[in-house]
Amino acid sequence: MLVLKELYAGYGKKEIIKGIEAEFQRGIVYAILGPNGSGKSTLLRTIDRVIRPHRGKIFIDGETLDNLSIRDTARKIAYLPQRSNSTPFSNVFDTVLLGRKPHISFEPTERDLDIVEGLIEYLGLYDFAFRKVGELSGGEAQKVLIARALAQQPEVLLLDEPVNHLDPKNQIEILRILRELTQKFNIITIIVLHDLNLALQFADYFIFMKNGKIYKSGTFNIIEKSLIKQIYDIDIEIIDYNGKKYVITP
Amino acid sequence: MNLKKQGLQSIEKSLKRQYIKSITKRLIFGLFLVLLILVSVVISISVGSLQLSVGEVFDSIIRETENSYVVWNIRLTRALGAVLAGASLGVAGAVMQNVLRNPLASPFTLGVSQGAAFGAAFAIIVLGAGQTHSFGTEAVTVFKLYTVVISAFIGALLTVILILSLSFLRNITPEAIILAGVALSSLFGSATMFLQYFASDFQVAATVFWTFGDIGKAGWRENELMFLSFSICFIYFFFQRWNFNAMLWGDEVAKSLGVKIKFLRISSMFASAFVVSVCTAFLGIIGFVGLISPHVIRLIIGNDHRFLIPYSALFGALLLCISDLLARTILSPNILPVGIITSFAGAPVFFYLLIRGRKL
Repeated sequence: MLVLKELYAGYGKKEIIKGIEAEFQRGIVYAILGPNGSGKSTLLRTIDRVIRPHRGKIFIDGETLDNLSIRDTARKIAYLPQRSNSTPFSNVFDTVLLGRKPHISFEPTERDLDIVEGLIEYLGLYDFAFRKVGELSGGEAQKVLIARALAQQPEVLLLDEPVNHLDPKNQIEILRILRELTQKFNIITIIVLHDLNLALQFADYFIFMKNGKIYKSGTFNIIEKSLIKQIYDIDIEIIDYNGKKYVITP
Repeated sequence: MNLKKQGLQSIEKSLKRQYIKSITKRLIFGLFLVLLILVSVVISISVGSLQLSVGEVFDSIIRETENSYVVWNIRLTRALGAVLAGASLGVAGAVMQNVLRNPLASPFTLGVSQGAAFGAAFAIIVLGAGQTHSFGTEAVTVFKLYTVVISAFIGALLTVILILSLSFLRNITPEAIILAGVALSSLFGSATMFLQYFASDFQVAATVFWTFGDIGKAGWRENELMFLSFSICFIYFFFQRWNFNAMLWGDEVAKSLGVKIKFLRISSMFASAFVVSVCTAFLGIIGFVGLISPHVIRLIIGNDHRFLIPYSALFGALLLCISDLLARTILSPNILPVGIITSFAGAPVFFYLLIRGRKL
C-alpha cells in the first residue's frame, strides 16, 4: 500500500501541490484527472522523488521513503514521464535491460536477461527486439518504455499521459495492457489521463485534482455532471451504454 | 498449448542468444581496435629520419642496440604520448557529450582545452614554471610539471564551471552551449596573448610553439602522469557506464532509474577537465579528437556506454597515433604539429555533425 501524508511540493519556492492525502492499493489502476496546471505531473514526480517534497511523507507498506537510497527507491517505484521528442539510438533489448539498472551491481546476470526476455515477449515486442526504438511506431515505442519500467520490478508504476500521442487503437491497447499487468504483477498503477472516457473504461479509481489539491476521489460513481463542471468548467452529459458510463460533450 | 509454450521458449532462448552474440561481436571489435593501435604504434616507431624495420624495432626494445636510445627515448615516448593523449581526449569527449546531452560537445569545442592552455601558459610565463630550451623541434621543456598541470587544471575547471552553469539554465540549446564554448575559447585565446605581450621574446616563441599541439613534447615523466590521470578518470567513467546509459533518456528517467544526475554531471565534467588539462599542459591544444572518436564508435557499435566509454578512448588513441604519424611523414623531414592534422580532419566532421544533427 502506498500512502501519501500531507504532501507539499513544487519547484524552488513555488508550491504546486498542497497537502495531498491519499492511499493506493495493489492491483488497482488509479486515474489522476484534472485541468492543466492542477499538479498532476508534479504529484507523480514527487511520489517518485524526482523532486523532493517540501513537507509531508510517502510510505510504501508502512515504510517511509525518506530512509531509502535513490537506488532502492528505483526498485520500488517506476516512472514514465511524458513522452519527449528525443529517443536515443538504442535498441529495444538494451532499452528494456536499462530498466534492470537498479538491480544490476556490475553487469546483468542470467536472471536479468530472463526478465528482459520475458517482458519483451509479454508485450509482443520480440519481432523487433534488436531494432532501434526510434524506428518503431508510437504504440510499439510506448510498449518498450512500459517494458523498461516493468523491468525495474516496481511495486508502484507511475505514468504521465502515456497514450496522448497515440491513435485510438493504440490508446486502447496500451491501457488494456496496463490494466492487465496491474493485476498480473499485483502492483499499484497510477496514470495521469486527460480523456474521461478512457479513464472510465480502464481505471478502477478516479482522483480529480484542482489547484494542487485532491478535489474529489472515488470509484466511477463520483463522475457526475456537476463534478466535471466544477473541475473543468465544461458542460457534459453522462450516458449509460451496456451498463457503463460514458461522457459526451453536447 | 504445450507446443505454443515450447515455441515461445525457443524464441526466448534465441533472443538471449542474439543478445550475447551482439556483446561478443562488440568485444571482438574492441580487440580489433587494440590490435590496430599496436600496429600503428610499431609503424610509428619504425618511421622517421632513421628508418627502422619492424624487426629492428622489437630488437631495440628487447635488448640494447645502437637504435635503443632513439627507440626508447624519442620514438616510443612519442607513440605512447599519442596513445595516452588520444585516449584521454576521446573518453573526455564521450563523457561530455553524454552529460551535457550535446552531440557537438568535446574538450575543444567547449573551450576546455583552451582554458587549460591558458592555465599552462600562465604557469610558464607568470609563475616561471617552464624552463625554455630549444633544440630541434622541442622548443619548450617544462620542468615544474605539477605547477603547469595544476594551473592548466584550474583553467579547464573555470571553463567547465561556466559551461555547467549555462547548461543548468533551462531552455538553452546545445548549439548555444557551443557558442559559449567559442566565446570562452576566444576569451582564453586573448588572455594567453595578453600574457605573451608582456613576456620575453624567448617566452613568446616558446608559448606560441607550445600551443600548437605537438606530441614530440611527451617524455617518460609526462607519459607517466598522463597514464595516471587517464587511468583514474577512465576507471571512474567505466563504473558510471550504466548511469550514462540512463542519462541518454533524459534527466527524469535517469533520476527514476536511481541516478544522482547533478552529482554525475558535475563529477564527470570535472574529471574530464582534469584528464584534458593534463594532456593539454604537456602537449598543447589538440582539436577534434574528442569530438570525432565517440561519433565514429557510435556509428559502428551503438550508444551503449559499456562499450562507448572504452572504445572512444581506444579510437582516440588510434586516431592521434595515425595523425601524428601523418604529421611526421607528410612534409618529411619537416614535422608538423599534430594539432594541424587533427583540425584539418576534424573540421569537416564538425560541419557534418552540425548539418546532420546526429543523435546521441
